[in-house]
Amino acid sequence: MSNFFLENSDLQFQFNNLNIKDIVDLTENNYQQKKDFNYAPKDYEDAIENYRKVLEVVGDLAANDIAPRAAEVDNVGAVFENGKVHYANGTLENLKQLSQADMMGMILPHKYGGLNFPFTVYMMATEVVSRADASLMNIFGLQDIGDTIRKFGTDKQRDEFLPHFATGEYTGAMALTEPDAGSDLQAVKLSAYQDEKGNWFLRGVKRFITNGNGDVLLVLARSEQGTKDARGLSMFVCYGDKTVVVRRIEHKLGIHGSPTCELQFNDTPAQLVGVRKFGLIKYVLDLMYRARMGVSAQSLGISQAAYEEALKYAKEREQFGKSIYSLPVITNMLLDMKVSIESNRSLFYSAAKYVDKKEKLEEHIEKLKAQGKPFSEETAKLKHIIKVANFLTPITKYVLSESANKITYDALQIHGGTGYMKEFKVERLARDARITNIYEGTSQLQVVGASGGVINDVLGDFFDEKELKEYKGGLSRLANYLKEIRGIFKDSLKYVLDKKENSFQDAASKDLVELYSYIYIGYLILDEAEIEPRKVFIANRYIINSMANARKNAESIKNELFSDILHADKILV
Amino acid sequence: MYNSIVLVKQVPDTANISGKVMKEDGTVNRAKLPAIFNHEDKSALELALQIKDKFGGKVTAVTMGPARASDILRECLYMGADEVLLISDRKFAGADTLATSYVLSEAIKKVGDFDFIFAGRQAIDGDTAQVGPQTAEKINLPQITYAEEIIELSGKTVKIKRKIDGGHEILSAKLPVLVTVIKTAAEPRPFSAKRVMAYKNAKSLTDLESMAEGNSLLYVDALVHEYTSNSLFIPTMTMDDLKLDPARCGVNGSPTKVFKVESVVLAGGNHVTVEATKEGIGGLIDKLMEDHILG
Ligand SMILES: Cc1cc2nc3c(=O)[nH]c(=O)nc-3n(C[C@H](O)[C@H](O)[C@H](O)COP(=O)(O)OP(=O)(O)OC[C@H]3O[C@@H](n4cnc5c(N)ncnc54)[C@H](O)[C@@H]3O)c2cc1C
Repeated sequence: MSNFFLENSDLQFQFNNLNIKDIVDLTENNYQQKKDFNYAPKDYEDAIENYRKVLEVVGDLAANDIAPRAAEVDNVGAVFENGKVHYANGTLENLKQLSQADMMGMILPHKYGGLNFPFTVYMMATEVVSRADASLMNIFGLQDIGDTIRKFGTDKQRDEFLPHFATGEYTGAMALTEPDAGSDLQAVKLSAYQDEKGNWFLRGVKRFITNGNGDVLLVLARSEQGTKDARGLSMFVCYGDKTVVVRRIEHKLGIHGSPTCELQFNDTPAQLVGVRKFGLIKYVLDLMYRARMGVSAQSLGISQAAYEEALKYAKEREQFGKSIYSLPVITNMLLDMKVSIESNRSLFYSAAKYVDKKEKLEEHIEKLKAQGKPFSEETAKLKHIIKVANFLTPITKYVLSESANKITYDALQIHGGTGYMKEFKVERLARDARITNIYEGTSQLQVVGASGGVINDVLGDFFDEKELKEYKGGLSRLANYLKEIRGIFKDSLKYVLDKKENSFQDAASKDLVELYSYIYIGYLILDEAEIEPRKVFIANRYIINSMANARKNAESIKNELFSDILHADKILV
Repeated sequence: MYNSIVLVKQVPDTANISGKVMKEDGTVNRAKLPAIFNHEDKSALELALQIKDKFGGKVTAVTMGPARASDILRECLYMGADEVLLISDRKFAGADTLATSYVLSEAIKKVGDFDFIFAGRQAIDGDTAQVGPQTAEKINLPQITYAEEIIELSGKTVKIKRKIDGGHEILSAKLPVLVTVIKTAAEPRPFSAKRVMAYKNAKSLTDLESMAEGNSLLYVDALVHEYTSNSLFIPTMTMDDLKLDPARCGVNGSPTKVFKVESVVLAGGNHVTVEATKEGIGGLIDKLMEDHILG
């Protein structure tokens, strides 16, 4: 029986090298829960064993149940009939099985019926599910809604909603986007108002809402009438009751199993989540950071699926008397794909661990505060972790989603004409990949999100430390390349800053962000290559390729490729 | 409330037979095949769990097999079985269906207190479909084989749809009853993550014995005590525990002997073209009846 967790040697490598004792110790509150929940771990080793076993179950379901249904789910898709959204049968089956397997509340605490898993492990499950059916990830991933209520809601709200998320009875939706508020969420108009008793109601329209037909919706709404910016927005939770009308669902290129809804809220009763006016600037940002990681996992899963298809096809297909696998051009493409996937995975789980650490430390500090214990040491640590997590998240989303498009593109190319046909899985994968660099913030917005960290050199200390480290043999040559890339980066950054021109800086930020990402990812793989000899190949191709790309990035900046933006109107005729 | 006992078996994964696992004489080297949960037994367990979900009661999974068969008992726990029982003894080796059903029927009597005994229709290694019926006979129970659906269950009667050649048959039976189940009866539920975590360390007596063997600091009795108190002990019964007649167990109790194993190579021979007319098809049917393929 195949298994998408067990039979993915690179994912196994990441799992075996997780080293998340600090995270798990905090997550499990020093292993005090075993007496109340017989499935709670008794120590770190036991927790890891739990994660491994449960991921095996996910891997089994993904490979043997979910993946075989994916073509049908894509074909039929979610449909809208008589004002109601119907999932494809395969999607319903998938959700039923995932619920039976207790997978719909992976990160929710035990006491609400969840598995209390670290975010990082939940992300592994998300990668595995996405590989089987990218569109299922959208609904599976919305279990985050439950977690957001846990983080920012009241005890009453937690008790009201969370147990139903954990059983899979409720699915959620995150309703932010409106016709006039896409990348710019500050422009959200949907209005939240109170009656004389103080009850909140929602009125207005949202569009492009994944699973908008779900049972519980988190809604970003304007609670402060007359305001126009982010400070007038609050976050609400409401039921998808009859006052929430699905007006239509979109017909779209990919992820057909996931319904994308236009919603009209007709005086929908709602509850405020957290503090008024902090809707966008605090809660939605927090939710989006995690959702971006979810989309990165989706990108990675799609990439893995496309690579598997391409590899299999290349070995089977013969032209000119031999399998195309052995044509250097094709082998080269496959190597590029594999190196991208493995380097992406390193980046992804490194970022996931930072997000995880950030969340756990925040909660820990809250606890210390409540107990009247000192917490200044933790706060200092947290400050750094937040900086890194908030930087790595957009970088990861940017790199992985763009890469998923490139990988599915190449995988389709390896299939030749057959790849263009519906009968082959890669056709679906190429369509599904296309959304990943659009939603949860487009790639352009991810670059905006990351560029602050790049300019402030958030990973500077980390790089300094790595530059002092001695790498052995062939790795030292690669380490020198990374030093060189860092030099190129510093030069390029200086050039951009010296120019003191906003439009130039905006246009150049993509190159700067990319340059910076090569160095970080490069060091991650270099360290992995010390543990696992096979990874030397990955490091070699990744770093040499990055060197070439870095020179290109730098050339664009220093030769002022973007200077013609000032003359765009004359060119774009 | 209905209590069920489910008979389950660990079988070699015959769907994955490759050249490596065939012996010279054409038989399969079982030790080299991955061992899996017999599919129809899983469906049987699912049916029992569905009854439990709906009406309450207890589900006990029982297997007779070697020590490593505790694997599938853990899987039963992962799916939702309340209790499991491993019947294991070297003296059971080489059992045919007669000896197997003897041992199982005695174990069932020992467990007692059941309304249903569920079993898969057949195991993919032997394909006999005899163990269920023979067990029913030995306990003197009504039996419904090839069950596909429980149509009605109330009081002490059950109505079941069973598959027969060319159609279905609906039978009623008084409880307790033994039911053998085909794969289409129920799609086995996935393992529950919580149960996987709770029972991943469940161990049978033989598992604990081998743990103790490798470590002079461990004592079997202490281990059994520890695992029992943590609800992680898989009860294990031997021939003596069940007070069985040695002459009816294992090879001794098995009149079925493999006489000869032949490796048959199927090869296509001549082919005949049949006209797509009434006469052509009629001729084909006549020929098939003549060869006793039809009719
Ligand atoms: C299938 C699907 C599912 C979705 N699910 C949800 C959901 O569940 N909940 C939800 O709230 N939303 C959802 N969305 C909405 C999605 O998040 C938005 O589509 C996305 O954020 C982009 O907004 P927009 O479509 O309005 O594009 P615009 O904001 O109009 O962007 C158009 C182009 O301009 C670029 N651009 C805009 N601003 C900048 C800038 N400052 N710098 C550089 N470039 C910029 C963009 O990168 C893009 O290329 C979904 C969308 C789709 C297609």
